[in-house]
Amino acid sequence: MTVPLALLGLLEREPSHGYDLKRDYDAFFGRGRPLPFGQVYSTLGRLARDGKVTGQSEPGDGPDRKRYAITPLGRQEVATWLAEPVAAEPYLQTVLFTKVVLALMLGRDAAGYLDAQRATHMRRMRELTEVRRGGSLTDALLADHAMFHLEADLRWIDVTQARLGALAEMVRAS
Amino acid sequence: MIVEARGVSRSYGSTPALREANLSVAAGEVVAIMGPSGSGKSTLLHCLAGIFTPDSGEVWFDGRRLDTLDDGRRSELRRTAFGFVFQFGQLVPELTAADNVMLPLLLGRTRRRHAERRAAEWLERLELADLGGRRTGELSGGQAQRVAIARALVTRPRVVFADEPTGALDTLTGEHVMDLLVGLAREEGATVVVVTHDARVAACADREVVVRDGRVSDPYTTGAAR
Repeated sequence: MTVPLALLGLLEREPSHGYDLKRDYDAFFGRGRPLPFGQVYSTLGRLARDGKVTGQSEPGDGPDRKRYAITPLGRQEVATWLAEPVAAEPYLQTVLFTKVVLALMLGRDAAGYLDAQRATHMRRMRELTEVRRGGSLTDALLADHAMFHLEADLRWIDVTQARLGALAEMVRAS
Repeated sequence: MIVEARGVSRSYGSTPALREANLSVAAGEVVAIMGPSGSGKSTLLHCLAGIFTPDSGEVWFDGRRLDTLDDGRRSELRRTAFGFVFQFGQLVPELTAADNVMLPLLLGRTRRRHAERRAAEWLERLELADLGGRRTGELSGGQAQRVAIARALVTRPRVVFADEPTGALDTLTGEHVMDLLVGLAREEGATVVVVTHDARVAACADREVVVRDGRVSDPYTTGAAR
């Protein structure tokens, strides 16, 4: 789910070849799990089919000499995705991080996104608090588990909010 | 709105703690004020409660301007309309739990017998009926905070101000203390304003605001979260 949108976001920054997209994806979002070339090209193929990118063939050697560019439809999809908080669930590190970095890269409102995400997490925390209060011990323990994970995200959101300036400089310099 | 800060600024020397902070709290609402250490959240609570006077801006309580009242009238308001719970209870350790709970009533000239009865009722509601005769210095952290909640609510305040009420407690004890504070305040129809850095505590509130660099960000009024 995140990979097509991350690739679209990277293309909004500038038109790129598949190889460059893979390199940038791995550098920013791969974290030890590089994106297979096959997935890059199949994703770009689907995005082109759906009208979100265009591929312009270029003369030259190598397996892929297409230069991909984002379309207005693709740009709209990135804008919508970056503005939307993710449903509050455990194990969101990858998607939260990707959204913040891409928002900074594209000069969008990363702080506003973090505020919205924080509020979404807090709303879920309140729902789980009600479950903890009113449910059985099993329900309460399951709610506790989810709340501790959301709390970890919330701490990450706060720390990232405090370091947003430094992160923006790093992202723009790279 | 029962409590409101309008463009409140306050500095400590040359260091600004609040910069034109705005916050409106409706009657009966439970609101958490969150934010990093040193962000100004406790200063905001102290301004709302009339403990600090803002350098500029206005503080309103129930349709009355609070920041322009003289010290005497503000003290009276704090004693009669507000209740307070702080991180370390701020109980008198040499007095018994019952005496601590009675203290605000006696200061308000309630007759001793009536005050004793009210204190006993509140200690029971806070599950402390057997500990009324115990000195508060001998109580556990959670028990002491429950005495502090009884003391805050015994005068039937309109607003309870709590500053990191579970900051010194473990998770389970803290949750129990918050459930009692919020549950009993709701039963009494009291508004609660609680400062906390703990998301689990804030999740007991109806909504939260975040203070950063002395400014209040409220995602529920800016529309970012809806």
